[in-house]
Amino acid sequence: MRKYSIFAVAREAMRGHKGWPQQWTSPEPKKQYDVIIVGAGGHGLGAAYYLAKQHGITNVAVVEKGWLGGGNTGRNTTIIRSNYLYDESAALYNHAMKMWDGLSQDLNYNVMYSARGVMMLAHNVHDVQGAQRHIHANRLNGVQNEWLTPEQAKEYCPPLNISKTARYPVMGAALQRCGGNARHDAVAWGYARGAANRGVDIIQNCAVTGIRRAANGAVEGVETTRGFIGAKKVGVVAAGHSSVLMEMAGVQMPLESYPLQALVSEPVKPIFPCVVMSNTVHAYISQSDKGELVIGAGTDQYTSYSQTGGLHILTHTLDAICEMFPIFSRMKMLRSWGGIVDVTPDRSPILAKTPVPGLYVNCGWGTGGFKATPGSAHVFAHTIANDAPHPINAPFTLERFRTGRLIDEAAAAAVAH
Amino acid sequence: MLQIYCPYCKEERPELEFRHAGEAHIARPADMKSISDEEFEGYFFIRSNPKGIAFERWRHVHGCGRFFNAARDTVSDKFITTYEAGEPKPDAAELAAKSGEADK
Ligand SMILES: Cc1cc2nc3c(=O)[nH]c(=O)nc-3n(C[C@H](O)[C@H](O)[C@H](O)COP(=O)(O)OP(=O)(O)OC[C@H]3O[C@@H](n4cnc5c(N)ncnc54)[C@H](O)[C@@H]3O)c2cc1C
Ligand SMILES: [Zn+2]
Repeated sequence: MRKYSIFAVAREAMRGHKGWPQQWTSPEPKKQYDVIIVGAGGHGLGAAYYLAKQHGITNVAVVEKGWLGGGNTGRNTTIIRSNYLYDESAALYNHAMKMWDGLSQDLNYNVMYSARGVMMLAHNVHDVQGAQRHIHANRLNGVQNEWLTPEQAKEYCPPLNISKTARYPVMGAALQRCGGNARHDAVAWGYARGAANRGVDIIQNCAVTGIRRAANGAVEGVETTRGFIGAKKVGVVAAGHSSVLMEMAGVQMPLESYPLQALVSEPVKPIFPCVVMSNTVHAYISQSDKGELVIGAGTDQYTSYSQTGGLHILTHTLDAICEMFPIFSRMKMLRSWGGIVDVTPDRSPILAKTPVPGLYVNCGWGTGGFKATPGSAHVFAHTIANDAPHPINAPFTLERFRTGRLIDEAAAAAVAH
Repeated sequence: MLQIYCPYCKEERPELEFRHAGEAHIARPADMKSISDEEFEGYFFIRSNPKGIAFERWRHVHGCGRFFNAARDTVSDKFITTYEAGEPKPDAAELAAKSGEADK
């Protein structure tokens, strides 16, 4: 692998940038692998990377029906934070948070992680109580989170409207300073390059159409649009399509898939210094390094695989954005898009072994899994390599919906996160 | 925005008048305390979440207020049919054929 550095950039600048090698290749699938990962999003590519790097398992294929990073990884609003309520979630998301710091160095790829702070607004008494409960719980778990008065919130984010007569008055905010953003594509590309250079085959434009099982029930490999590919271990990391893939192995999932949309404005000079989320009015906003305002909306109410979603969901979000940040009321929106998010009943992910020997699943991240990408990939690789979970993902089983041992972030947040 | 035909009002109305109410034709166990954990999981948490024809409940909240069922294609988001609560579940294969014809 050619190392990226300032010297490499300087050398290539003199040669007209003709000497950059391909970041990854597009190999023909082999007949047999040790592990097949289905889905080349950040979580899947990352799992392949850690399998190769930390567990020495390099005979791995990542099979992707479209192009790598073209799923929710390339469609999300890139908000990174770890201030979840329950101990299990705090451990999982904070594991990822620690990995973001240093991920660019580890991958030798600039993922542009920017700890600009994530501020979550409280608009009513219920919000205030909920935010403060989170802050106290987070502190006990060693997770950063602090309370800001409306004036402090305004100081941290000057475009914010804190007028008492505002449609959505700001009664305070919870701030996680280490939260922020990263470049979503770079996360997928960095993991893809790191994995490919350690021997992982990334096979794009190859949809998995079936999961083949032996007479004893164990996994034998996957049927794909490019033929059968064998492997004794298969990890499904297919986000919105997890139910469809698990059904191929005869496993029914506690998941529902919903459209989730986002949009960006025309690019402008730096105006917005942090990330602001308002769960109550379903609006999330930050500014990309290109200058676009990146705005996230809520989910549609119905299940769907259409990757679109209703226009009224976006206009509702923009109404709220204009109320909270009147300065943006004349900005033009450039484009909008949708992704399909897989939602569990307790809004916590499933990162686990399954009833099928050799079949593993990493799903249920719903509207908020980008932030967890490095941590999730890391513990999932551990789970596959050892056929046993890492202590951090041990509670995130599929069986919890039978035992009742839920990790109920849904009840804790009462909204999408 | 979806346009939804309410089988009670016998009128197509915009989605904003309706509330999606989850998967249809899931019967609540009659004797909840006698069922196993596995059965409870199946009833309460497991969802078919199909890519294709989904059977789902809708409620005309800002209209007649009543619950009804619908068959909708989750890839195109098109409604194939809506029908009154309590009516039997239509045959998915027949519906698929019907919606294919409608597209032609
Ligand atoms: C609009 C939007 C905004 C979001 N905002 C945030 C946010 O601000 N912060 C945050 O933390 N999270 C956010 N999320 C959620 C986040 O994007 C996801 O949780 C995360 O990216 C999931 O990553 P993944 O690698 O599991 O899935 P994906 O990136 O979706 O990868 C799954 C891959 O599986 C492939 N696949 C599916 N079926 C098959 C098949 N049969 N064969 C082969 N391949 C298949 C897909 O093509 C896809 O590439 C947002 C999501 C959306 C849609
Ligand atoms: Zn009606």
